[in-house]
Amino acid sequence: MDFPIFHLDVFGNRLLIAAIASLHVVINHMLAVGAAPLIAFLEWRGYATGDERWDRLAYRLLFICFIVTTSLGALTGVGIWLSTSLVNPHAIGSLIRVFFWAWFSEWIVFVTEVALILIYTLSWRTDWARRHKRAHLGLGVALAVASWLTMAVIVAILGFQMDTGVWTVDPGFWTAVLNPLYLPQLFFRTPFALVAAGLFALAVTGRLTRGDPEFRGRAVRTISAWTLLFCVPWLAAAWGYWQAIPARMLDNVSTALTTLAFQQYLDPLRLLIGASLGAVVLACAWGVGAPRRLPSAVLVVPAVLAVWQLAYFERVREFIRKPDIVAAYMYSNALRPADYPLYAQDGLLAHATYASVRAVTGENRIQAGREVFRLACSRCHTTRGVNGIVAKLAGLYGPGAWDPAVLDTYLAGMHNARPFMPPLPGTATERAALADYLIALRHDPAGLDGAQTAGAAGSTR
Amino acid sequence: MESTAATTPLPLDIPLPLPADPILLQALLVVLFLWHILFVNLMVGGSLLTVVFELIGRRRPEFDALARATAGTVTVNKSLAVVLGVGPLLGLNVLYTVHFYSANALTGAAWISLVPLVTLAFLVTYAHKYSWDRLAGRKGLHLAIGMAGAAMFLAIPLIFLANINLMLFPARWLEVRGFASALALPNVWPRYLHFLAASVAVTGLFLLVYFLRPGGGVAASPSALDRLALRRLFYGIALGASALQLMFGPLVLITLPRPGLSWFLAGVIGVGVVLAIFALVLMWREIAAPRANATPRAAIVVALITATAFTMGYGRHVYRETALRDHRAQMAVHTRDTGWLAAAAQWREATGQGVAQVPLGQRIFESTCAACHGVDRVLVGPSLREIAGIYGGDPGGIAAWAADPGRKRPELPPMPAFRLGEEKLRAVADYMLQLGSGGSPAEDG
Repeated sequence: MDFPIFHLDVFGNRLLIAAIASLHVVINHMLAVGAAPLIAFLEWRGYATGDERWDRLAYRLLFICFIVTTSLGALTGVGIWLSTSLVNPHAIGSLIRVFFWAWFSEWIVFVTEVALILIYTLSWRTDWARRHKRAHLGLGVALAVASWLTMAVIVAILGFQMDTGVWTVDPGFWTAVLNPLYLPQLFFRTPFALVAAGLFALAVTGRLTRGDPEFRGRAVRTISAWTLLFCVPWLAAAWGYWQAIPARMLDNVSTALTTLAFQQYLDPLRLLIGASLGAVVLACAWGVGAPRRLPSAVLVVPAVLAVWQLAYFERVREFIRKPDIVAAYMYSNALRPADYPLYAQDGLLAHATYASVRAVTGENRIQAGREVFRLACSRCHTTRGVNGIVAKLAGLYGPGAWDPAVLDTYLAGMHNARPFMPPLPGTATERAALADYLIALRHDPAGLDGAQTAGAAGSTR
Repeated sequence: MESTAATTPLPLDIPLPLPADPILLQALLVVLFLWHILFVNLMVGGSLLTVVFELIGRRRPEFDALARATAGTVTVNKSLAVVLGVGPLLGLNVLYTVHFYSANALTGAAWISLVPLVTLAFLVTYAHKYSWDRLAGRKGLHLAIGMAGAAMFLAIPLIFLANINLMLFPARWLEVRGFASALALPNVWPRYLHFLAASVAVTGLFLLVYFLRPGGGVAASPSALDRLALRRLFYGIALGASALQLMFGPLVLITLPRPGLSWFLAGVIGVGVVLAIFALVLMWREIAAPRANATPRAAIVVALITATAFTMGYGRHVYRETALRDHRAQMAVHTRDTGWLAAAAQWREATGQGVAQVPLGQRIFESTCAACHGVDRVLVGPSLREIAGIYGGDPGGIAAWAADPGRKRPELPPMPAFRLGEEKLRAVADYMLQLGSGGSPAEDG
């Protein structure tokens, strides 16, 4: 309402955030939070046993982590911010007001983390590190702590989005941070990261130690045991986290898992998730029992599964918080329930800062409907791209002519039939104009341009 | 101050309080931004100088070693530039939420391309640094990698600058059509030139101090170039680039749009200029002096340039505050008034016009079911007529199905589950049966 509306009409705004954020979570959990303690552990192993090969393996793992986390990892982290501030500036702007000091302290830890990974990596092969191995090991431990702390802060904000707890009646920094989902989610993510990092290390170790079957066996066994150890708290914490999720969100889980179109595959999918968890545990057990008989190609499989699990977990988490983007404070369309009565009274268009028309008239119905779509629907829906509205409605009302009155009824009550959707804001006149626009859109090849190309005012297309 | 024109958008501010005193947040922003821009300067200037040194190195091998040592600093400085950018970005976001995000949206494609662009620039920079030996025999290719990285580092600041500039001028927001048109606003290019010259100057001073630091000894110096020559080189770079600012600085000032100018700002900038001129004179004299160490004089030059940077950074902030003052004041009033309106509308709704009178079953049917189920015809799901045929006399059957629907008709979309609770489901089921069997719904209560 108050910002020029950025819009990607093919790729979809949601997918932009999802792509950047999933990539970040995978890199962050697998190659930073989970990897740092494992690498420090392997370095310690080399120091304690006097076997240089542990040290070499640890360094080569770290080097991969260093290159990826300081480029793609760091930039996708900033990218979450940049993309959310394009797609839903009001939501991220609100979260920043509430969580400024959390983000600020996270930033201090983040600076420390980057400084530590630079020093830890770039000093590894210097004379100083060889002479002061214990001090160098200390750097590794400090890096592990700092990486975990950055995650520990951010998870507070993610938990808050899902369940604001008592914050809505007692707004304050600490009531926001200590929301009901914070600790359950943190307890879950921590072993998840450790397991994912173990699986990444296994996948790479198979190749890095190819020339030395004897050491390869020992390395695979050690890393498998490390990973298996964290599988136990991981699965236990998953159960605990599930218990903490508010009941209204559990209703969304089936759609979150399958999307609406594939809901009939819910059971096979549940089976698939169970199987992938089982495969991870099994692979680690095999690595502990008979590491030398584990082919390098097989070692890659659990790591791929872990990537999928991490990304999938984030998709489900992001979906089940709907229809809210900040629980009980703001809908995912960037409008606040508190403002709905005003929009119902005066109209959405009347209160929009950027709209090419201010009210629905006899002549401008389609254009007004487009502006309503831009304001109320375009954060999640495109016209014909990903999550496109034309295809959604065609799925409901079929290939024949659509009845504007039926569409209008649907728009009025869709949040009841689709509990993950916010109610449509605005007046009945605006809703009818939106229905007309949606019907016209079906035969109109032009999509919807965002402010980044068409400007702030709302183009005539 | 001039009043804002009618074509200036007047958005609402975020209706949540700032997390701290604005003066504290502003002070944080100014200081943290200077830390960030220092490392950005070293990243951009460093990657440019690396390429230049490597080019010279094709004829004079000692410069190739110098280029390599410089490249070693860039990969560290670029990581610090990014992390140190998050702090001031946070400050900017919280203090200028509406103005900054509006500018971001208007240049959205370029703004989001920062993510792949910076990632790629970093990876190319790593490739350049770590392939120095491997590509020793293919210097042309190696140089091309370095140049690609430097070119990306040259493009990235332009995207930030366009945003930082655009956010200051809400009166121009409605004209802007994407990044290219944001670049065409006055002041972007002069500021860019000013930034580039500063980057080279700051990097020259940094390399001077870093390579010729006392205790570093000749061993730490990067090449066969002797210390005297290095000293001249780095001072020369810093002096030359700083002297360019005598041209770019006034250009920035002349092209600044009027609304943000004030005598106070002129005073702040003036102090900075005087400090910078002292630094220039000192550098000039140092180049001529036959000393091999960086010497304490370098510390004085660095101190003077740092002080200049502080005045410029503060001046920048003063300009921003002045330029946005009127617009923000109008926004505050508008936000307060709309908040009142929303609260009043909410109160009217809560005290109950509208709802009530309609019976529960009908209300739920119309808001929840009617979009898919018509009385006589198939919309999305079966008609009420058909449903009444199946469930006649068994409203509990409808309620049970709605709470946990299966799928009987593969030709129709699946029905979502409605867990409304027993009471509501029964009410709506009764209503549906009445309507479907042609009975009058009026007796439903």
